[in-house]
Amino acid sequence: MFKKFQPSSDISGQTPPKSSVQRSIRAAVLSQWKIEPETLEAIWPKKEGLIHVKCREHISIYTVHNEPLFFQHFDGPLYPTLRLLHKYPYILPKVGVDRGAIRFLLAGAHMMCPGFTSKGGYLPPADAALPVGALVAVHAEGKEHAVAIGITKLSTEEIKKVNKGVGVEIATHLGDDLWAIQSL
Amino acid sequence: MSSSDQQPQDPQPVQPVQVFYCQVCTFPVEYCEFGSSLTRCKEWLAEAHPTVYEKFYSDEALQSKIGTLSLEAQAKLEKDTAKKEAKAEAKADAALKKKMASQVLIKRIERNKRKHVTAIHGLEAFDIDLKKAAKFLAQKFATGASVTKNAQGQDEVVVQGDVADEVLEIIEKAGSGNVLKGVPVANCEIVEEKKKKGAEGA
Repeated sequence: MFKKFQPSSDISGQTPPKSSVQRSIRAAVLSQWKIEPETLEAIWPKKEGLIHVKCREHISIYTVHNEPLFFQHFDGPLYPTLRLLHKYPYILPKVGVDRGAIRFLLAGAHMMCPGFTSKGGYLPPADAALPVGALVAVHAEGKEHAVAIGITKLSTEEIKKVNKGVGVEIATHLGDDLWAIQSL
Repeated sequence: MSSSDQQPQDPQPVQPVQVFYCQVCTFPVEYCEFGSSLTRCKEWLAEAHPTVYEKFYSDEALQSKIGTLSLEAQAKLEKDTAKKEAKAEAKADAALKKKMASQVLIKRIERNKRKHVTAIHGLEAFDIDLKKAAKFLAQKFATGASVTKNAQGQDEVVVQGDVADEVLEIIEKAGSGNVLKGVPVANCEIVEEKKKKGAEGA
């Protein structure tokens, strides 16, 4: 999503959304992430206005104090930015990929199933399986911090079964152009 | 990779994890090895945070990392990293060269018989915020100054009045704290437009 993203040419405008819209965004965040209201309050205080940064191809980035916090494509799920996820790693369920996959991931590839099912990978056990379309934090073997954020294209049980093709579609990864934007 | 599913129930906000980012490549330090500037990252880390360096790049740390990967794969990875690094370096070099070669044109454009505007083109190559530069110049000369697109669709600073020589002087003397600093005077040229006098060197 952010493979080629130039703030100067790809951003069309910044506006503060209406407070009712902000409220619905807050509700959406609370329902989509595993985050407590208090923590969200610390990240994004009620008093501080959210700024909606409109970008090309229907991407919206939301910022507080010029710091990008989360983004969205159309009306899709709200993805936290990788920096936010690093600070609060528990807000998204984790999946892990093996070491061999890291460099492809950092080059912007989607995650293929074998990366999760091989020895270094990690998928939640069957009783905590994730459905299709779940936001996941992609961690890497032997690393502490998440390397990417994506959305599952197959449920985790299916990934184990099919073991072929794209398992998680990556929205943002370490070193992409969104990562490069530290403030807007 | 243990999942930390237990949610704290107390109403206190959870403290954010302090992530230790590399100052060179901006990645968390554990990912430096996948960046394009590993050598410089290592140097920086060894100097600034020797304990952390020890943790990631000591012999045993390297050994344990290899453990999960076949030797050939590891060798390939290392080769790739070196290649990537060389590439990034070459790119940075080329960018610097281009920067040094790029010209700043100070154009004196005749509007009426006696009235001129001064257009300054090419400042953005030297990482100058055009808007700030315009504001600065407007204040300096007590005139209007703005950032406009020229015929080629590139941004340039347009200052009202004939201030070409003064602008050059400011660029020459610009010290730290000045928005116009960092432009080598040798790259600046004053050009006159409309009146066919030809360019005079700076």
